[in-house]
Amino acid sequence: MKTIKLIPDNTSIRFMRIRVIAFTFSGLLILASIVSLLGQGLNFGIDFMGGTLIEAAQEDEIDISALRSRLNNLGVAQVQIQEFGTSNDVLIRISGQKNAVNAEENLSTVAAIREEIEGDFEIRRVEIVGPQVSGELIQAGLLAVSLAVISMLIYIWFRFEWQFSLGSVIALVHDVVLTLGIFSFLQIEFNISILAAILTIVGYSMNDTVVVYDRVREKLRKYKKMELTELLDLAINKTLSRTVMTSVTTLIALFSLYIFGGEVIRGFTFAMIFGIVVGTYSSIFVAAPILNIFGVKRDWSGLDKD
Amino acid sequence: MLHFSRYKITGIMLVILLGILFSLPNFLSQETRRQLPTFVPSNALNLGLDLRGGSHLLLEVDTQSVTKERLDNLVSDIRIELSGKSIKYRGLGVSGNAVEVTIIDTDKRDEAIQAINALSQSLLAGVFGGSSNDDQLQIDKVGDNHIRVSFTEAAILARNLKTIQQSIEIIRRRVDELGTTEPVIQRQGDSRVLVQVPGLDDPQRLKALLGQTAKLNFHLVDPNVSAFEVLNGTRQPVGTQILYTDTEPATPYLIQRRVMVSGERLVDANMGFDPASGSPEVDFRFDAVGGKRFGDVTKENVGRPFAIVLDGKVISAPVIQTAILGGSGRITGRFSVQEANDLAILLRAGALPAPMRILEERTVGPGLGADSIAAGEKALMIGFAAVIIFMVLSYSTFGLFANIALIINLILIMGVLSALQATLTLPGIAGIVLTVGMAVDANVLIFERIKEELKEGRPAIIATDMGYSKALGTIMDANITTLLAAIILFQLGSGPIRGFSVTLAVGIVTSVFTAVVVTRLFVALWLRRRPRDVELPL
Repeated sequence: MKTIKLIPDNTSIRFMRIRVIAFTFSGLLILASIVSLLGQGLNFGIDFMGGTLIEAAQEDEIDISALRSRLNNLGVAQVQIQEFGTSNDVLIRISGQKNAVNAEENLSTVAAIREEIEGDFEIRRVEIVGPQVSGELIQAGLLAVSLAVISMLIYIWFRFEWQFSLGSVIALVHDVVLTLGIFSFLQIEFNISILAAILTIVGYSMNDTVVVYDRVREKLRKYKKMELTELLDLAINKTLSRTVMTSVTTLIALFSLYIFGGEVIRGFTFAMIFGIVVGTYSSIFVAAPILNIFGVKRDWSGLDKD
Repeated sequence: MLHFSRYKITGIMLVILLGILFSLPNFLSQETRRQLPTFVPSNALNLGLDLRGGSHLLLEVDTQSVTKERLDNLVSDIRIELSGKSIKYRGLGVSGNAVEVTIIDTDKRDEAIQAINALSQSLLAGVFGGSSNDDQLQIDKVGDNHIRVSFTEAAILARNLKTIQQSIEIIRRRVDELGTTEPVIQRQGDSRVLVQVPGLDDPQRLKALLGQTAKLNFHLVDPNVSAFEVLNGTRQPVGTQILYTDTEPATPYLIQRRVMVSGERLVDANMGFDPASGSPEVDFRFDAVGGKRFGDVTKENVGRPFAIVLDGKVISAPVIQTAILGGSGRITGRFSVQEANDLAILLRAGALPAPMRILEERTVGPGLGADSIAAGEKALMIGFAAVIIFMVLSYSTFGLFANIALIINLILIMGVLSALQATLTLPGIAGIVLTVGMAVDANVLIFERIKEELKEGRPAIIATDMGYSKALGTIMDANITTLLAAIILFQLGSGPIRGFSVTLAVGIVTSVFTAVVVTRLFVALWLRRRPRDVELPL
């Protein structure tokens, strides 16, 4: 049986030759991400901001402005209504009161809204997060991402050399910043599941980078005299087929989730898809060339073969 | 790496069989599962609230209020102790987290300290038989004649723990009264309680039940002065306080602070109907001690109003007609049937040791849950099918091996999750779909490596062997890093995120096993019947 090949055999693409272009490209994107993050910031969901969210659905198309005026008549201030997936489904969002001590204030609002619309809407979901919890979620989130990055930094340092450790973490930060950047730029809601996606991206990106680095180390042992840029190109080319294959199979699964998995996890899958694309790019165009900048130890003869 | 001993093969088969056995209950109906003999695993996957619908509440127990109440009690204990010993003092009161008092006669300070210390001892030997240290006092001298009394850190921690445990117990009893299936009530952190009630799509009543402390006490109403007189300027008698009814407009009552009978003495409460008016009421019964006390109090105070106070609000204050000796009584008020029923539930379950606040609520209706399951299943099936087709197209027979491994992988994940009784959430399904994508990674690494070795001109069997051994290190490194991320997610995440991290972590372990061990076995068995230099179908 004839098999398909995404990447032809024996490629010898000179990736290192375009490293300046790649660095510039990545640098610009990171800059744009930071500008967007500082400028308009992230569109935090209630997980991080506190507040109330109600998902309501109806058989017929929902008249959002009519619904809005009904809710305004209830005296619910600062209510935000948007379509969710289809025009039969809406999200009603009430931002958290800054000085509210707990979720209870929001509870009576929800009770009022429920009573008002329960007759002609199906209440699919209610989420109320008090400011205390949301503050803790932000902290736990930042802690999680930092801990993940640090533990990987140490693991790679332990398994390789410091240049590899630093290179992989730079690639990692690159991926995380760009993912945050796209969420800020498109103002997609950033909630707790997006955070989970980012941590998974951290894992995946590292996975990808490790595969390339592993091959770099192997070639370093084998070709003690080869020019470093040449050696890096060789390692990338040797792993290129695998890098692409794995990205493609993962993306196939993710696109299936994105298209068929429902509106609730669409943000999550979007983050994953974006992260995988960026992570694949960075393991080739960021992680490997960085070794060229820092330089690596060329004498690996004293080390055991692992 | 291609040699498998008979024992090894048996071991691998055993693992796969166990996986099938543990995942099997998911394909059976609940009926069939119940009829299974006990030695067969019968646990199906736990569906998270986001999939099956239900309510999730995060409550915070106000342990601070308990500490404050205890300090208040300490003040009155010290007052009695010092007065009993005729030690003159001034400025006795709570200040911050301690009770402070100034002894007027400096020489008497040590005597005072001794007296307070004795208090600590007697408290210790009290209710908990001396085994508990949650009443330990710390007594500090400040200046010449000042004393600071506080509970030790250990005492506060021990009491907080007790408060949480009691709260959980009471919450459990109240939730059980709702008659829902499998509620989850868990302690979370130092002072929080997580309540999850599957299938409940309007938690209004649950919140009403959990939002009340339900401390019921019976007090006498002051016979000499009325609340109106006090409000209009008459001097308030010592040991009384003004409490209001919960009605509109609120009626004030001047209540004697002393608790005549406490709700802790209740053994039963039920909703009933007032035979005269037919309106709902709550009938209750005291234990022997409470019944006797209730009888005594009512006998001595016939003709006086007796206030029934719930959480600082007067429910009603009927005038005692005759002594109530049977140990049971009834509370009438302006109740609806539901209110009377809920009050009976609260009284039966007992009072919470401290007030609670709702920090977070998440409710998913049954419609959304069902939709999410359907969408998740569909995404899983389609993604799975697409990956399988793609693998066969890319690696032909070896791709087929990888696919069988992938199916085994899914079965193993399901088996492990069922055996662990982990909760499957929507992000959890996403984790599985993601694992499907990533699981083939290990095989891709190996297959690509074998191809490379073949290109170097090595014969099939050697190339295969080297492919596996060389790829192994990379596979381990790559998967350990992802596993690290999953573990951190589990440690720091909550609810659905935890579900995701569990499936991800389980998926990583099973996918390494199936990719490295299971496909290797297939390949080894396939090679066994073929010549050394066979052309590999890759």
